[in-house]
Amino acid sequence: MPARCVNHYSEYAARNCRRPLMDPALIRELKSLLGPANVLSQKEDLLLYEFDGSVEKARPEVVVFPHTTDDVSRIVKLAAKYQVPVVGRGAGTGLSGGALARGGGVMIVFARMNRILELDLENRRAVVQPGVVNLDITRAVEHAGLYFAPDPSSQKSCTIGGNVAENSGGPHTLAYGLTTNHVAALELVLPDGEIVRVGSHHGDAPGYDLCGLFVGSEGTLALVTEITVKLSRKAEAVKTLLAIFNAVGDASRTVVEMTASGITPAACEMLDGWTLRAVEDYINAGFPRDSAAVLLIEVEGLREAAESQAAAIAEICKANHAREVRTARDDRERELLWKGRRNAFGALGRLAPSNYVLDGVIPRSKLPEALEQIHAIGKKHGFQIGNIFHAGDGNLHPIVLYDPRDTEQFKRAIAAAQEIIRMCVSLGGALTGEHGVGMEKNELMPLLFSDADFDLMRRIHDAFNPDSSLNPGKIFPLSEGCGEIRVRKTGQAAGVRP
Amino acid sequence: MSSVADLSIRLEKLVGGDRVRAAESSLQDVAIGGRTPMTVLQPRSAEEVAEIVGFAAAEKLAIVACGSRSKLELGMPPQRYDLALDMTDLRQIAHYDPGDLTVSVDGGMPLNELAKTLAAKNQFLPLAVPCSSTSTVAGAIASGIDSTLRQQYGTARDFLIGAEFVDGTGKRCKSGGRVVKNVTGYDLHKLLIGSLGTLGVITRLNFRTFPLPESRCAYLAGFPTLEAALNFHAASLKSGLPFSDLELFDPEFGALLAGFLNKAGGSASESLVAGECHVFASFEGNAEVIQRIQSELRKRSEQANASHSETLDAQGSERMSGALREAFDLLRSVAPSVALLRIVLPQVTPGDLIELQQFAKKSSQRSAFILRACNVAYLALLADNEDAQTNAALEQVLSELFSRVEAKKGSATLLHAPLWLKDRISVWGTRRGDFALMQRVKQAFDPHNIFAPGRFVGGI
Repeated sequence: MPARCVNHYSEYAARNCRRPLMDPALIRELKSLLGPANVLSQKEDLLLYEFDGSVEKARPEVVVFPHTTDDVSRIVKLAAKYQVPVVGRGAGTGLSGGALARGGGVMIVFARMNRILELDLENRRAVVQPGVVNLDITRAVEHAGLYFAPDPSSQKSCTIGGNVAENSGGPHTLAYGLTTNHVAALELVLPDGEIVRVGSHHGDAPGYDLCGLFVGSEGTLALVTEITVKLSRKAEAVKTLLAIFNAVGDASRTVVEMTASGITPAACEMLDGWTLRAVEDYINAGFPRDSAAVLLIEVEGLREAAESQAAAIAEICKANHAREVRTARDDRERELLWKGRRNAFGALGRLAPSNYVLDGVIPRSKLPEALEQIHAIGKKHGFQIGNIFHAGDGNLHPIVLYDPRDTEQFKRAIAAAQEIIRMCVSLGGALTGEHGVGMEKNELMPLLFSDADFDLMRRIHDAFNPDSSLNPGKIFPLSEGCGEIRVRKTGQAAGVRP
Repeated sequence: MSSVADLSIRLEKLVGGDRVRAAESSLQDVAIGGRTPMTVLQPRSAEEVAEIVGFAAAEKLAIVACGSRSKLELGMPPQRYDLALDMTDLRQIAHYDPGDLTVSVDGGMPLNELAKTLAAKNQFLPLAVPCSSTSTVAGAIASGIDSTLRQQYGTARDFLIGAEFVDGTGKRCKSGGRVVKNVTGYDLHKLLIGSLGTLGVITRLNFRTFPLPESRCAYLAGFPTLEAALNFHAASLKSGLPFSDLELFDPEFGALLAGFLNKAGGSASESLVAGECHVFASFEGNAEVIQRIQSELRKRSEQANASHSETLDAQGSERMSGALREAFDLLRSVAPSVALLRIVLPQVTPGDLIELQQFAKKSSQRSAFILRACNVAYLALLADNEDAQTNAALEQVLSELFSRVEAKKGSATLLHAPLWLKDRISVWGTRRGDFALMQRVKQAFDPHNIFAPGRFVGGI
């Protein structure tokens, strides 16, 4: 497999996909369409938009802020007229480079399409624009005992449009599923500017499950301009447990046993000792510094069910040598534990100039083996790799701390990351559980998919995005022989097959 | 296009003589709306399926994949039908990892056989679909037929985690995987659900499995009026109590159910009172949970003026659940002429349902009605004869029902109807705005249009 393009976008662009400078006429037309306040084209203004939460980097040539679906449609039509690629972006918190302008061109930032358009509490639906922040949906409906279930760690800032594009998860995915399980309908803008609605308010219209296709398609098939989400009812009772272990293996075996015994908590998160000490240094969440690992486990439901599940879980923890199992006594304690979990990436960020948060999935029964291998891989490449992850569904998030200014170290970080993801696949797992493929793992896709699989995915891609004008260079491998979707050479819109 | 004799010879070369059936009785077994294929093939493996599809694609032969054939009538009869694929020999469990709560199973595996394997490990798959004694796993998925456990466990899209299938070019493809959380690549397997075999031939399906509950129990309450029953139903839903199933049915459906239960033997039918509307709620959990739900339901049913109510034990609950699971099969065969509508409304108000039901009755037809989980209702218009006047009334009522449901921003689908009626009314309702996108999906999966052409929405 050829070398990846991670963080070497300029090299890659020079080789493959640098188009001629954007026609200034496009920028003029965009300003006339949206007003100058909604168009950024100066280099210093664009810098912010060349990053997301990943280790990738790519700069758009112009950033626009639409306010309506019609704006989006007109922007897309203009981009098509000038043969310039388009990428959608929410808050830019993504971790796989999904919202980076790999082919340059126009970046549509949905931050100003951030209205909740309709709340149908009776039928547990909300109709929202893509720039609405994930947590704001819950805030708008919690007075009625409802909430929006997908809860990525970045839920205070990430947008629902980004969640839909990446099919985002979160700790409570274990019981309630990914974003796709909570979307009933979408309004889309296709690459030719056509506006189409798929799905239905009730979420059960006859026909192919187009919502199921578009959610998680990483902005490569259409731009999402309106989302009808399903709201969930808050559980009557919640119990949050903190199980403390002196050995990582005991914690991971607890998860395996809990799964095998048929207990599915609402969430089951694991932090290893190294990570939890960083968290304690940062926010003092109450994780014991001398432990090797903790499990943060939450059960929900009727009072009677939550009580008995919590008791059964505590027993399994103890049988696996938990030295202590604490139960949060009130909402304040519970919030503090979750604050520790949600801020863990930030806490680790204090330890090194940069960190690389991986996202791989393994069958849950392979957890002890996978953690041992991650440790060994880290050692081999000279890194202490932290682990803070959704243990209950086998979704690993190893974190590699590195200094991006040190080219050699960066290369080792990438090598370690790739080895870990390959290990996940070799254990029967998948490349990504919730962050998406983006431009982070597109070259690894052949580990899971055959030429026939790519052929079909390519036909689906081309059925909606025939010129690869939407989010080029994502999901599909760019290297010869796999995927066949690559970036056009100089003079053509990026992302199109040669 | 080849002649039938020539075709049989070439197909025999492909899969062996013992795998090709062309006798009239075999063809009739797989007839759809009176249409039969030229031949029936019974592949032994996914590789053979791919070879057959590749051959069919080259020869432009139309294929319908069959499992137990219990739901072949769904949708429209195919416009072309050359080959039937009998998939029942693909029936292995490829992987079962009880510790991971995942299973990977061949499409032709009967659901009840899979259930036995899973039950041995105290697990199950929440696909409680009709024709349960024969239905295959892939048939249940491709038909998209409702599961009675949807209220708690969702639809197949919530627990189908991957699939292998043969696309319209004869290539073996896959989507998803065998882990419970996975966003790698497009979720193509979701498109297969309810696609009636128009996108590919499903060869294997991967599911998340679930632990069998400690116990299951049910509550049945009878009401003198539909309105009272609907109020209880709505109050139960609003309570936030975790039901695995919650169904409301009218006296006509109650009578059908009683007949079915009587035929099967046992005593559960005694719980159904003639002339009343009933609400059935099933739930699961430990003894304390069961007791709590029962007690809350009792209180609510009294407040809603139930004329009678009772708790069904595990056995009674299973019998009633089993009978309700067969609602589709029960309703389609209850009268000489039946039009069975599946209706989904964004919001189910008592007023809406009473209006629909009264409208159905206006036509002098008999009707039976059941409101299922998640705003899904089945309304069957029953006619005892098929004379011109009755048929005309049936067609008119049905057309107006479609219009009324669509005016309420709902969807209606005709699950079962006599062929003449299917020819006159769109079984899928009015074409939706996203139809062109569905055509693009079909074209991508099946570029030669060989999979059950015309069977699906809008003639796809």
